[in-house]
Amino acid sequence: MNARLLERLTELAIHTFLWSFRIVVIVVVLVGSFLTLAGGRHGLGTWIDLAVSGAALGSVYALIALGYTMVYGILRMINFAHGEVFMGGAFAGYFTAIALDGAGFLNASPFASIVSVVIMIFVAAAVATGIALLLERFAYRPLRNAPRLVPLISAIGASFFLQYSFRGFFGPGIYAYPGITFLSQPAPIPFLRMQWVEVLVIVSAIVMMTVLYLFVMRTKIGTAIRAVSEDKNTAALMGIDVNRSIVMTFAVGAAMAGAAGVLYALLFRQVTFFVGFIPGIKAFTAAVLGGIGNVPGAMLGGLFLGEIESIGPILFLDGLGVPSPNQLKDVIAFTMLVLVLVFRPSGILGERVSRDRA
Amino acid sequence: MTADGAIVTAPETISPEARQDWREVVQVGLIGGVIAIYLCLVGIVPLFDGRPLVATVISLGETVLLASLAVPGAVAARRARTPRVAVASGAVAGLLAGGALTLLVIAGSVVNLRGFMLNASPELYALLTFGLGVGGSWIPALVGAAMGALAAAFWLLPDRFRSPLVRGLLSILILGLFGGLLRERLQAAGLGEIGRLLFSFEGVTVTGAILIFVGVVGGRILRQRISFRARFDTLPETRQRQLRIPFLLLVIAFASSLPLLLGPAFAMVTALVALYILMGLGLNITLGLAGLLDLGFVAFYAVGAYTVGLLTSTAEFGLLNLPFWAAVPFAVLFAMLFGAILGLPILGIRGDYLAIATLGFGEIIRILVGSDLLKGLLGGPRGIINIPKPIDVPSTNFLAGPVQIYYIAIAFALLVAFVAWRLRGSRLGRAWVAIREDEDVAEAVGINLIQTKLLAYMLGAAFAGLGGAISAALVGSIFPSSIQLLISINVVALIIVGGMGSIPGVFIGALFLIGIPELFREFQDYRLLFYGLALIAMMRFRPEGLLPSGIVRRELHVPENEPPPNVPAGERAPG
Repeated sequence: MNARLLERLTELAIHTFLWSFRIVVIVVVLVGSFLTLAGGRHGLGTWIDLAVSGAALGSVYALIALGYTMVYGILRMINFAHGEVFMGGAFAGYFTAIALDGAGFLNASPFASIVSVVIMIFVAAAVATGIALLLERFAYRPLRNAPRLVPLISAIGASFFLQYSFRGFFGPGIYAYPGITFLSQPAPIPFLRMQWVEVLVIVSAIVMMTVLYLFVMRTKIGTAIRAVSEDKNTAALMGIDVNRSIVMTFAVGAAMAGAAGVLYALLFRQVTFFVGFIPGIKAFTAAVLGGIGNVPGAMLGGLFLGEIESIGPILFLDGLGVPSPNQLKDVIAFTMLVLVLVFRPSGILGERVSRDRA
Repeated sequence: MTADGAIVTAPETISPEARQDWREVVQVGLIGGVIAIYLCLVGIVPLFDGRPLVATVISLGETVLLASLAVPGAVAARRARTPRVAVASGAVAGLLAGGALTLLVIAGSVVNLRGFMLNASPELYALLTFGLGVGGSWIPALVGAAMGALAAAFWLLPDRFRSPLVRGLLSILILGLFGGLLRERLQAAGLGEIGRLLFSFEGVTVTGAILIFVGVVGGRILRQRISFRARFDTLPETRQRQLRIPFLLLVIAFASSLPLLLGPAFAMVTALVALYILMGLGLNITLGLAGLLDLGFVAFYAVGAYTVGLLTSTAEFGLLNLPFWAAVPFAVLFAMLFGAILGLPILGIRGDYLAIATLGFGEIIRILVGSDLLKGLLGGPRGIINIPKPIDVPSTNFLAGPVQIYYIAIAFALLVAFVAWRLRGSRLGRAWVAIREDEDVAEAVGINLIQTKLLAYMLGAAFAGLGGAISAALVGSIFPSSIQLLISINVVALIIVGGMGSIPGVFIGALFLIGIPELFREFQDYRLLFYGLALIAMMRFRPEGLLPSGIVRRELHVPENEPPPNVPAGERAPG
């Protein structure tokens, strides 16, 4: 009798707490936005600029998130080292850019610059794929049937191993990407103050995501991947090579992450061994946000997170009088992560994987 | 690798020579080569080369390099049926591994690898070729073949010779690593003569190496092999229990005299190890017993540290100037409260999501403490300074420095260990284990999931706060830069290496992952690299940890002889 009363009370406390949590978040968002907008310190131009940079950042997150979502869909594991695959792509792109710059090709003409970026993206995608395949072979494949925490811990280990291997290879310093003059020029787009680099990032992300979507939905191997995600045993009975599908999933996700590495580095113009960690966690947030296992969801989630991170600090916090709100953009992103995990773990579009527990 | 071919043994009629799988030998050699190149380029070999193992003879870097050539030899030889084939396969594998280094030297002379590989330096090439440069590029291949053959031959020795030799070499390695420390301690103990004879400033002397090797090998061969462990296991249980008590007393006596044994230079290291034991035991309740992977441990550590800072500091931002001991309960309570606040919303979500969510909390707290938002309260990047020591003694006293923190942390650690040990057998502890095993079943038998998990999470948070409080007192200040993700990773890694849910495992894990890296500060840059490798290797080969508790071992270890369903047999074959 007493125990049941206690149980009821805890349940009540939890519900009250969760509701007040929701209310606090909503109040902060609404009041903050209202005060910021009413304060009128930021013109329409600022908001459009923020939205543009948010879209560029968001398309990078979306590309990384695809890898998380596809791997989760097929193996039900969080590929914690995916951020490091992304970092490997950024490094590969850097060295390619240096080589192209040394050959005098990088800034030869706008066309040469674009060709250079395409070459960088391909090299980065290849290197990232290589890293991911090694990762899958040595860190994940032996653990495929282990309890869920086991591959996650292995992935965390792999993440640190890769980070500090890169630190050993290339040193702890920050590598500045060589400047591409064409990309920092303004693009002639009405109403939007965009640089070519932002146009390039958004366009290439859209192209790659379209290709990936067609690959997953229309090709034979894409169908196989979806079948294996649905049910490994049945897929195997239908004559699908499960192993090959899993390897392909890792390869495709890594290629996207490698390309994203180049795009991210073009936006921020620098790369370090630590560059993959935070974008990795954020991209995972984006994947959950869109519904993990759901490919269009990851794209949507990435874009959404990029916008929130870009606009959020000023929109929500500036009006509340928070000093230097941009310091807290990661706090907003991670709060977003917790909010989604708590209140809508199946994401915006709903997850494609069954709701089984660890 | 084909699905079945790799593990099907050949029929008996084929002659032994034909059985050697040369493809596998080549594969092993090539993998060895990749590893050798990796070790060189990642900087481990060049850095370790700066530390002599046997003074004037061999450096640690050279040892690592030789080992990376010898291991493929031994691995390649392990399946060979005749000695000649074994030595030949060892030599081939070693040759290939060394050949990779030869290629590296040649490539380095043709292309400027240094342009992007920091460690592809002339010094590395000189090390690989005994200073001959490109002209000596054949040397690594030859040395590789020799080492491979040697390792293969060594592998062929009967165990009663091999095992003492291995022990002898390992003793040189271990004593060589601690050479400087041992020399200094022997000097302090008035045995300077012996110290100087055996040890140099770093590593052992040549005489020392020979004496140690002869001593260990001779001792092993002469002595009748008595396995205490085996005899202990045959004793009846009551007798075992009786024997455990003096053993425990011995351990306690050793632990309490450790700062005396190691001397003041290592006081900080021992204090840190003790601190991490304390925190490891705390997280062991959350992770080991209840199975909640908490990657945001540092959040509660920060709460504890800043609470103590705010309550005790005599400088700016200090609020109450309380003594340390009065502030500790508040630190623990606040951390626990934070545990409840952060834990309540997220404990309903599934395990792997929980890990990422807690990671997010860790980052949120880390950013917040350094932000301008809380600058007025927590001091922003300037942090809080002048946190008093727990025990106020004059600076000449033995207890003045980190030594007191060592004793305090060890005392608290014993307390936590006792609590954890008593909890494990309790109703609550069994509920935790049940949740870890299967949440749905646990719920079905009437365990309140959220309530039970929340208790585990809050206890873990409380001990994290205690750890933070003690570390604030250890350093005497607290800055946002000391709130690092590394702390969470350290604690999780030491629990996993030691064995999830195992109390002695935490001690071992802290000793290995915190103590030993702290002793070799020049290797700090590679610390997380080794952690990462350790986590992968543990999950692959020994997911239950070094000193596992019985339940976890049964749960996590896939039995060797019955492959789980859906895995083609070939995947389980080595290689």
